[in-house]
Amino acid sequence: MSISLFYFVAFLTIFFALLVIFSKNPVHSVLYLIVTFFTFTLHYIMLNAQFLAIVNFIVYMGAIMVLFLFVLMLLNLNEGSIGSKSNLLKMVGVIAGMCLIITLVGSLRALDTSDPLVLQTQDLGLVKNLGKVLFSKFLLPFEISSILLLSAMIGAVLLAKKDIKQV
Amino acid sequence: MEPLSNRKKVLEQKPMNFWERLYLPAIFQGMIITFRHMFKKKETVFYPEFQREFSENWRGMHSLKRDEEGRERCTACGLCALSCPAEAITMIAAERQKGEEALYREEKYAAVYEINMLRCIFCGLCEEACPKEAIYLDGPIVPADYLRKDFIYGKDKLVEEPLKLQQD
Amino acid sequence: MELAFIIEKFALILVIFVISLTIAAYSTLAERKIAGFLQDRVGPNRAGPGGMFQPLADGLKMFFKEEIIPTESSTALFILGPSLALFTSFLGSAVIPWGQDVEIAGRMVSLQITDINVGMLYIFGVVSLGVYGIMIGGWASNNKFSLMGAVRAASQNISYEIPMGLSIIALLMSTNTLSMKEIAEQQHGINWNIFYQPLGFLIFLVCSFAETNRTPFDLPECETELVGGYHTEYSGFKMGAYMFAEYLNMFLASAVMSTLYFGGYNYPGMDWVNEMAGSVIGPFIGMGVLILKIFAFIFLFMWVRWTVPRFRYDQLMNLGWKILIPLAIANIVITGIVITIFEKL
Repeated sequence: MSISLFYFVAFLTIFFALLVIFSKNPVHSVLYLIVTFFTFTLHYIMLNAQFLAIVNFIVYMGAIMVLFLFVLMLLNLNEGSIGSKSNLLKMVGVIAGMCLIITLVGSLRALDTSDPLVLQTQDLGLVKNLGKVLFSKFLLPFEISSILLLSAMIGAVLLAKKDIKQV
Repeated sequence: MEPLSNRKKVLEQKPMNFWERLYLPAIFQGMIITFRHMFKKKETVFYPEFQREFSENWRGMHSLKRDEEGRERCTACGLCALSCPAEAITMIAAERQKGEEALYREEKYAAVYEINMLRCIFCGLCEEACPKEAIYLDGPIVPADYLRKDFIYGKDKLVEEPLKLQQD
Repeated sequence: MELAFIIEKFALILVIFVISLTIAAYSTLAERKIAGFLQDRVGPNRAGPGGMFQPLADGLKMFFKEEIIPTESSTALFILGPSLALFTSFLGSAVIPWGQDVEIAGRMVSLQITDINVGMLYIFGVVSLGVYGIMIGGWASNNKFSLMGAVRAASQNISYEIPMGLSIIALLMSTNTLSMKEIAEQQHGINWNIFYQPLGFLIFLVCSFAETNRTPFDLPECETELVGGYHTEYSGFKMGAYMFAEYLNMFLASAVMSTLYFGGYNYPGMDWVNEMAGSVIGPFIGMGVLILKIFAFIFLFMWVRWTVPRFRYDQLMNLGWKILIPLAIANIVITGIVITIFEKL
């Protein structure tokens, strides 16, 4: 039951991810990306990581993709406005794609098929346990990453603020 | 520019104090005011069932008057049509025949008298221009209709009902 | 999964679906009635006694109106927009605890569709999803005014989600749980959260006005500037879906506020009432109390709509970013300090 469910959701994920790439209209592809993120949320729920699932839901689907859509709608890109790429660019694209495939296949070959990871604690993904682990074992990385986010925020405010000297 | 009169007053806007800047007290004040209005007397008049009384100088639909003996007063002089600023009135005059003395007061009468209610602006100038006191704007509101042609009111709608009781 | 479990959940979902639909439909009537009363009028009173059947008449009218889809719009997205708006506004009521457990035929039946342990975040996520309906519809209309409305809706919702989330964090610190059911249970009797989090409630209230796009924050559909805002091009039932979604969102916001801050189904003297009425009728009385609270909040929404004029767009952004967010952060800090002091004592 759960294996077949996993394969179904995984199929949906890949299907919509492909649609993101193949749809010509940028707004459509953002909408497909939103659906892709939704399937990620489903994956998290199947892994019993409720907190991650809901945070993925709120942050990626609810906020970041809204901003993406926001910008794309204002850009008013039409299908024709992207234009055709030059031949050189196409060549470079093909070579880069080939390199990526070779690397992926090579790394897959190098790896043995891994055993399925078994979680020591089944309820790790629940809010309570996650919070306890974050604020005890991983307190330092957690605080450092929060400082990183804070500095990014201050930087954004600085960029948005007008230069006082010019006024 | 220098004002010609000294009636203009420049309002002095004081900077808002803390409570005013908080904005919430103002919102609550406004909400109390609107809440009080919930219990006030409603001003609605339920129209088709009840009608608001017209004022004395109300000008509504036209009516062509009859005299004391029930004869039409209008003599088709055309002064109303001439005075009408919207050119809403048209008429065709006809001569009174023998035996029609009971119907028309003068020798000449209006065979056709039409007012286009879509053109009429209810100014009352026809009423003032009439030398025979034949037209008055003392009727009700002109009702709505679907077709333009139905707004051209002929004599069938304009002339007062004959005084049947007195004739009998 | 036993059959009884499925049946009881299905029945509960059906009941709540019908209740929220009815309340949303009659909110449209209540809005017009309240608008009338506040302006010394009587409101609609022709369809049925006192205008009782006005929502039915409105619905019928919506069904029979011509549906116009602009030729230059992308049809699929044009239809997806209102459907999504309606869909997301239904989702949230799944985690609202409507009452205490009822004992029916020896089984404890929970009056909550599902008790997930991140219930509050779930509502938050659903609310943040609600803006997609507006955005997609506004963009698909291929109309400048609709696009402006959509863009305004997006930026407004994102801006007000932040203080809303921060005010919820302060509430979390005092309740120690994310589950809606536990939050409701903690507020037994008159032990409501509003007494611990008055500032948090005020911030949450203002934000929920903004999230549901109600006056004074109804800039996405601001008719004086944007014709009809994001639903300029919509007609017939799609327009109705948008309107319905707005009223459903209002219902959901009222339910969430009653549950989080005003005790949900709790009321003073509920133990005594439960003893008198038994374990079947008692919880349903609690449900009735919750619905009364929801009605009070819906009335507040409408009352504010017919009192306060619309904000200007820069005022809206200033209020969100420069006032509400610092206030919400200060609220978190104060809550933290107070909790620490009480733990030390």
